[in-house]
Amino acid sequence: MMRSYSDKQNVQKKPYYSDRFWVAPQISKEAAKSDAIFASDLAVLKAKFEIKEAYIQKGQLVVYIDPKDNVSVLQTLRDELSYNFLSEHSAIDWLAKSGEFEIFYQLLSTSKRKRLRIKCFIKEKEILKSVTDLYNSANWAEREMYDMFGVIISGHPYMKRLLMPDDWYDHPLRKTYPLHGDEVAQWYEIDKIFGKEYRDIIGPEERDSARVDVNDTYRFAHINHEVPFGAEPSSEKTVTDYQEEGGVFIVKKLKKEDAKIVKERY
Amino acid sequence: MAQHKINYLQEAGLPVALTTVDKLVQWGRSNSLWPLTYGLACCAIEMMATGASRYDFDRFGTIFRASPRQADVIVIAGTLTKKHAPFMRRLYDQMPDPKWVISMGSCANTGGMFNTYATVQGADRIVPVDIYLPGCAPRPETLQYALMLLQKKIRTEKASRRLEPKRLV
Repeated sequence: MMRSYSDKQNVQKKPYYSDRFWVAPQISKEAAKSDAIFASDLAVLKAKFEIKEAYIQKGQLVVYIDPKDNVSVLQTLRDELSYNFLSEHSAIDWLAKSGEFEIFYQLLSTSKRKRLRIKCFIKEKEILKSVTDLYNSANWAEREMYDMFGVIISGHPYMKRLLMPDDWYDHPLRKTYPLHGDEVAQWYEIDKIFGKEYRDIIGPEERDSARVDVNDTYRFAHINHEVPFGAEPSSEKTVTDYQEEGGVFIVKKLKKEDAKIVKERY
Repeated sequence: MAQHKINYLQEAGLPVALTTVDKLVQWGRSNSLWPLTYGLACCAIEMMATGASRYDFDRFGTIFRASPRQADVIVIAGTLTKKHAPFMRRLYDQMPDPKWVISMGSCANTGGMFNTYATVQGADRIVPVDIYLPGCAPRPETLQYALMLLQKKIRTEKASRRLEPKRLV
């Protein structure tokens, strides 16, 4: 079979790297009715809500729902189906592909010993309802999701960035965000501490970890051969004896050659 | 009438030590370097080990102080994030002069392996650094060696050196 042809003209214009020949490994999916507990749980959900897709992957049920139902679906799962623990909640960035975020809620039922994943797709600017009232662990997860992806949450008790500083610009876990940071990020600490006028004095960040400078020999002394800044490298060993120049008044300096090494213990 | 006669040319000599004010003051300063109790990441664990009994920073007159007002040295031990950079600078500003900075480990020197948007690429972008200490993380011996080199550096400085702002204000 031939691989389908795609135009490679604007590969360089893409904001992030993608391998054309990369095929993501897929985990096999099983039908939801292959597990009795999951089948009954899914029947309860299907009776109340619109379920777009449902399957079992790696022994965990994955259910795609409408994003508007997220609070009521989780309410049902917690109160009626005893999924009492929200272990993970975040987003996946599909903005380049379909302009959407994939939101997932990873749930655990400690009594049933089952894990269930609720998923839904939202548009970039679409508002998602907070589930903090149901699961306290969603509090920080939603803050982090806003911080890292810019998913807008409504009804959160304390919506504030979790990881990045409050005055940070943009959301760093989006695929379009450069790893080395945008301009605001690269000058963040300089702008904040010294002011923008110091950008010229301090200069841009050195991001090339393999950079070799002609002055490196002078700027970095050899270990045990340290010299003052700017001096020629010396082959003379640096004296590391812990004492003042010429010794200290009254205190006698121990010379290594005068020391007596006892071979036998008394 | 003296019952004995001391020959000052022999033995220890005249009981008088001649020195300069610079030397005396800097000798005092270098032998009581008080660093700030301030750790950022895994390098801080090595710094704590250096302070603890096996390596014993105390014998260099180096006692960790809990307040920047009482500290002479700040050891930047670990990854300096951009979020934390203003606080680090504030702590440095709160230290009384004269003050010195040891940049401990790769992260503090250059950003190290964290070549990302959230890490300061070298603590010298924020504060003037006296000693750059390589390693990831440097062993306690290395930190001791850095401190001894810093002491050496201080002893060569003038006591009344004009406190001119180094590159950064």
